[in-house]
Amino acid sequence: MNIIQTIEQEQFKSEITSFKVGDSVRVHTRVVEGDKERIQIFTGIVIARKGTGVNASFTVRRISYGEGVERVFPIHSPRVAKIEVEKAGVARRAKLNYLRDRKGKQAMAVREKAI
Amino acid sequence: MKYGLLGKKIGMTRVYDEKGRIIPVTVVAVGGNTLLQVKTVEKDGYSAIQVGFDTQKESRLSKAEVGVCKKVGSEPKRLVGEFRLAATDKVEGELNLSANHFQAGQIVDVIGQSKGKGFQGAIKRHGYSRQPMSHGSMMHRRTGAVGCRSTPGRVWKNHGMPGHMGDERITVQNLQIVQVRDAEQVLLIRGAIPGANGGYVVVRPAKKSPLPAEVK
Repeated sequence: MNIIQTIEQEQFKSEITSFKVGDSVRVHTRVVEGDKERIQIFTGIVIARKGTGVNASFTVRRISYGEGVERVFPIHSPRVAKIEVEKAGVARRAKLNYLRDRKGKQAMAVREKAI
Repeated sequence: MKYGLLGKKIGMTRVYDEKGRIIPVTVVAVGGNTLLQVKTVEKDGYSAIQVGFDTQKESRLSKAEVGVCKKVGSEPKRLVGEFRLAATDKVEGELNLSANHFQAGQIVDVIGQSKGKGFQGAIKRHGYSRQPMSHGSMMHRRTGAVGCRSTPGRVWKNHGMPGHMGDERITVQNLQIVQVRDAEQVLLIRGAIPGANGGYVVVRPAKKSPLPAEVK
């Protein structure tokens, strides 16, 4: 194995919750305030997954006080403590950028996976 | 004693620091540096160490080059470089020419041969502005005016013009060493360094930053 792969292997998390574009997730992020650390939760719909290996990231979109907010998280970042899948969604495309143009109730409407 | 190492650029990746921030790093392999000669003021007129890096077939080197390597019992070296020492420095015993000559957090300069870009226009080569692409403009990416009229009646020296770009010896100063990996004999240096992957580089303690206390 070459050196770059070895270095990247060390950055990987041992376990990653499997989730897909369209899923509603709760992302537990570590926030450092002064010398204290606490967990902050960002809830929303996964609208994109990008990159591979150590570069892999995903975008979560939510509507906060009527304003759309998107956050991009590197999957292997130590600041992402945990990813919880709330609801599995059905997405027919890889990037849900069309949600950005939607208003009101429709903005968060992704079909749920029938169980 | 202040001296650097020769190395080979492996490529770039990213690592997380202790705060969880992403740091872009370049991986440089520095294993196999060998001390070939010590140059002294008395004998050579200046004080320096000569270091060899990476192996080469004996038939591809001159007899003199092979001789220098043979004298210290090393295999023929592909790249030979010198690091100047202060006249007061005395080389005694074994020199540490492995990756852990450097330490994490140290500031270094990296010298390499930049990627060749071929013959380029003044816009790419010197950062000139281009002219309008439309609205009837028939001048898009030209150099533009290069001087005045009868005074001075010539173009000033060093005026930027199209020509060959890249494939130059470039020094990038004040880069930080993020990690020293002793097992693999590899340095992780913050940011980009000149040249293509597989290119040879010189890593030396920064000229314009003080050495960390322990190295002195």
